[in-house]
Amino acid sequence: MKGRLSMAPLVYVALLMTPVYWLLVMSFKTNAEIGGGLTFLPHAVNLENYALIFSDPDWYMGYVNAVIYVLLNVAISVMVALPAAYAFSRHDFFGHRGLFFGLLMFRMMAPAILLAPFVQIFSDLGLIDTHIAVAIAHCFFNVPLAIWILEGFISAIPREMDESARIDGHGILSFMGRILIPQIAPGIAVAAFFCFMFSWIEYMLANALTTIDAKPIAGIMTRAAGVMTGDLALLSAASVLGLLPGLILIIFMRKYLATGFSMGRVL
Amino acid sequence: MSGRFTVFLLLLPALLVMTVSGVVPAGFIAFYSLHDTFAGNSFVWVGPQWYVSVLSSPEFWWALARSLGYSALVLLIEVPLGIYIALRLPAAGPWAAVLIVLLAIPLLAPQIVVGYLFKVMTMPRIGLLHAIFTAMGPGLDMNNKAVVWAVLLLMDAWHWTSLVVLLCYAGLRAIPQAYYQAARIDGAGRWAIFRHIELPRLRLVLLIAILLRLMDSFMIYAEAYVVTRGGPGVSTTFLSHELVQTATIQFDLGEGGAMSILYLLIVVAISWAFFSLIVPRRERPA
Repeated sequence: MKGRLSMAPLVYVALLMTPVYWLLVMSFKTNAEIGGGLTFLPHAVNLENYALIFSDPDWYMGYVNAVIYVLLNVAISVMVALPAAYAFSRHDFFGHRGLFFGLLMFRMMAPAILLAPFVQIFSDLGLIDTHIAVAIAHCFFNVPLAIWILEGFISAIPREMDESARIDGHGILSFMGRILIPQIAPGIAVAAFFCFMFSWIEYMLANALTTIDAKPIAGIMTRAAGVMTGDLALLSAASVLGLLPGLILIIFMRKYLATGFSMGRVL
Repeated sequence: MSGRFTVFLLLLPALLVMTVSGVVPAGFIAFYSLHDTFAGNSFVWVGPQWYVSVLSSPEFWWALARSLGYSALVLLIEVPLGIYIALRLPAAGPWAAVLIVLLAIPLLAPQIVVGYLFKVMTMPRIGLLHAIFTAMGPGLDMNNKAVVWAVLLLMDAWHWTSLVVLLCYAGLRAIPQAYYQAARIDGAGRWAIFRHIELPRLRLVLLIAILLRLMDSFMIYAEAYVVTRGGPGVSTTFLSHELVQTATIQFDLGEGGAMSILYLLIVVAISWAFFSLIVPRRERPA
């Protein structure tokens, strides 16, 4: 493969970015200007929409709430997946393949399927409208995925490393903390990236399990919308801000995005 | 660090979390699907009644057909396009980094934002897509079923093709240069290199990409709903819309439960087929 730049990806990325640019332009307009027709530059950069979002806790807490439950979910998913992935990678126990596929089966369930039971369970537990409820609900698709990703990374490390660690007197916890985790840091980053992604974009459960105190921005946007009659300029600004946490994460992760996704062997 | 008890301890945290967030809710669904309820708190055993009523409902079969068709089209578009873009991306350098960051942006766009973006893009007078198609001649008639499907597929491709690109790109970077050198010495053409070197080495990342895209497109909900509300008519009412309508809006937990279980059986069967096709039984080192 030569390193020359071909046109196809440039054109493709330009097409991908066109709607994003268009959204950004709309977010700087007033509603009157949006209604006046399509332009590719705003008459003037109008920051009113952003000012409103940043001054109204009903709006900006939506981002805070979403970030809180997403980070909680990422932390839980990666922490419980790591030892499980290690077990799947290193131990050939009875029912290994079946259990692995069984876990993956949950990744194949959809939020729409589990919506009704989740509402009932979290109501019974008094956890409706809490961040932890959403974080736990999102585990059903993120834990299996994190195990799948981490298993590949752990399997890429020779077993001799475990042996020499045992000879050096490391117990299981100190082995994980001091040797395994630093070795598979890129894998942990990739797993965390995927968990963040799927939890951050999910709408149905996050919206249904929250009412006020833990309502994510997506739920606030829907409530404010009724898109046809809604405040398009404000919703565009809210959407642009909804892309920002992802963008920040991507910029931090760019090294791993390019190289860290080859997940070794599967099952 | 060996022995059954250690394995059990290592798996325990994940199994506990999955019990709460997966097994118990799934159990609820199985329970709903075999019971009838009036207020949601007293349940009467009704056997397979709900399964019979779901399986004899034409709405279920049509929604299933639409969902299967949608997933099939999504895979047919996104997988080849994703592989192609991944092959043409520069292997290294500042351009590679910039393009990859930009490619990843749609992946982290919340479903509501994606739906909203494409909804507004199709609106007359102010919408970008509407303007483009009007300028090109045919216009964008959101009451036309084919047009609405095309918009949804475009939206899905915008949101998710990058996932296939990133996974394949990483897979390609993992192929040793020696393979390409050997191919060049043998005088292999571009297609032969792709067919005999790159594609086989992309098998596992493609499996991941296909499974993730299949599952998530099969149960697409929020994005499609924001754009089309399931219409025109019921032409974009997918399985998830049918399910949410049944289980949480009409509060027919039994019928919703039966639909969920049937959905699960379908998905597990498809996934298992893909698995067996693409992944041979792993030979474990002794």
